Amino acid sequence: MTAISQAHSVVQPSPLSRWIAGAIVVAYAVITMVPLAWIFLTGFKSGPDSIAYPPKVLFKPSEEGYCNLFTTRSRQTPEYIAQLPAASGACDALARTTNMVVVGSSNYLPRFVNSLIIAFGSTALSVVLGVTAAYAFSRFKVPAKDDLLFFILSTRMMPPIAVAIPIYLMYRDVGLSDTRLGMILLYTAVNVSLAVWLLKGFIDEIPREYEEAALVDGYTRLQAFFKVVLPQATTGIVATAIFCLIFAWNEYAFAVLLTSGEAQTAPPFIPIIIGEGGQDWPAVAAGSTLFLLPILVFTVLLRKHLLRGITFGALRK
Amino acid sequence: MMNAPDPHVLLDEAARATPEPLARRVRGLSDRAIAWLFIAPTIVLLLAINIFPLIWTIYLSFTNYRANRPNAAVASVGIDNYISVLTDPDVWAAMQATAHFLFWTILLQTVLGFTLAYLIDRRFRGYGFWTTVILIPMMLSPAVVGNFWAFLYQPQIGLFNYVVSFFTGIPPSSFEMIGSVKLAPWAIIIVDTWMWTPYVMLICLAGLRSIPDYIYEAAEVDRASRWRQFWSITLPMALPFIMLAVLFRGIENFKMFDMVNLLTSGGPGSTTEVASITLKREAFEKWRTGYSSAFAIILFVTVFGLANIYVKALNRVKNR
Repeated sequence: MTAISQAHSVVQPSPLSRWIAGAIVVAYAVITMVPLAWIFLTGFKSGPDSIAYPPKVLFKPSEEGYCNLFTTRSRQTPEYIAQLPAASGACDALARTTNMVVVGSSNYLPRFVNSLIIAFGSTALSVVLGVTAAYAFSRFKVPAKDDLLFFILSTRMMPPIAVAIPIYLMYRDVGLSDTRLGMILLYTAVNVSLAVWLLKGFIDEIPREYEEAALVDGYTRLQAFFKVVLPQATTGIVATAIFCLIFAWNEYAFAVLLTSGEAQTAPPFIPIIIGEGGQDWPAVAAGSTLFLLPILVFTVLLRKHLLRGITFGALRK
Repeated sequence: MMNAPDPHVLLDEAARATPEPLARRVRGLSDRAIAWLFIAPTIVLLLAINIFPLIWTIYLSFTNYRANRPNAAVASVGIDNYISVLTDPDVWAAMQATAHFLFWTILLQTVLGFTLAYLIDRRFRGYGFWTTVILIPMMLSPAVVGNFWAFLYQPQIGLFNYVVSFFTGIPPSSFEMIGSVKLAPWAIIIVDTWMWTPYVMLICLAGLRSIPDYIYEAAEVDRASRWRQFWSITLPMALPFIMLAVLFRGIENFKMFDMVNLLTSGGPGSTTEVASITLKREAFEKWRTGYSSAFAIILFVTVFGLANIYVKALNRVKNR
């Protein structure tokens, strides 16, 4: 017993080297989290606290950032504010302490909703297109299969700005400029290459014997696909969907060039949240926090499939 | 003399004589039909939203079209746009800025990413949790996070300047990461490295884990030192993975737009104006559509060409 474990320990790192390795990695992880922690903290700071020197780690939390994120305010004279009826809510009351009055809601919520609709819409479409195409590439003899697969991948090498020029002209002509449908189609076209490559990998791993047994039992190909292959591919489909969702959620280049109002998503909107005299950093931080949080959750859910996702399925476990 | 044929035998023979495709069709769509039905929508979408625009870009690159004057007469200008792109000093400055950005981000991310992967592969207690923590930055929106780095880089109040001055004693208001010609290129390199080192790390980790234990055991038997093992086993066997990570990062950073646009938007002057930023300025600010189309095609051909050469080299390393 002892002899075996000693023999094995030849390739095992020594406890000391493990400890040192652990300490360095933990230190790196902590440093790398500082900017994110700072976004989170700044969201709860008051305006003056957010630009204090030296930077404040301990401070009295304030709703100002989140209030400013969701509202628009206008500056009024104290006399005018005094004759107004009582503040309509916490944010209004807070604004009035600085001679401001809440006059309406900001565009953050509609932009966030746009992000949700466009991300989920394009993800659903990419996965449907991806899983069918991936199944066909995985199971059937398709002429020029490798060329087609490479063509699908190569559409990703184009710089987004280069694609944006003709898309801008095309969308202007067919009336898809600044529409959610236009953005859904565009993000689907970008994501479908990832979806096909990832899902082909997942479907390749499902033994053909399952479908063949179903075909012998009298299922048609389509029935076998829906009743046998799809249930087996659930994990792969969910992982692929989350990758598509994250891309569409994070995308900025197309969004900033092709949308301006109606269909604008959150990434181009958050940087232009301004207060009096420049960017309102607590509000920007609050908006960023709400926007980044879902991705944090997805990252944890996806951690087993991350490698596959980021390499288009080229690398697995 | 002839026996009346048994109807069952006849039916059987008829069934066997029926051509294969017909038999299949009776049981639903043929495999070939399904293959096309399943692939066609994807191809059609890509043709409509990728290939058609690409062809349109190629066409526009030979004209003097301007997107802000849709009704002006369009004239063919031959290869003039290509000549003016390739002789434009601004374009070469952008290519230089891109090359600087590419070189340093890839170098830093490869060294840091591989080191981290090597350390994580020591499998200390809780390494799974810390690996996930390290991976977080690369999943986040480069635009939203890049924008926030502008706040961290503020000369007087920013956290970055504070931390630097805390450790070095340089006054935090004496340097501007984004505002100075000398430091701005490094400002974007730092943010990119912060975001994407985990990406390289994850791929390197897969490389290190693909090396079977028995190779190290054999090396131990041969009394090869740890140092020797690293240089003649670990590094060569992980090399194809490192090269793959470099390929993906190279393509992505060649196209870099979002983070840089929000952090410096190419400035100060044009010190951080990487290719995509120049392209955006030409296409959507100066509205030189024909010119920028030619530039876009040149960029695409460059990425495509370099990636192809690189993949050939990668395959040679892999097959060695």
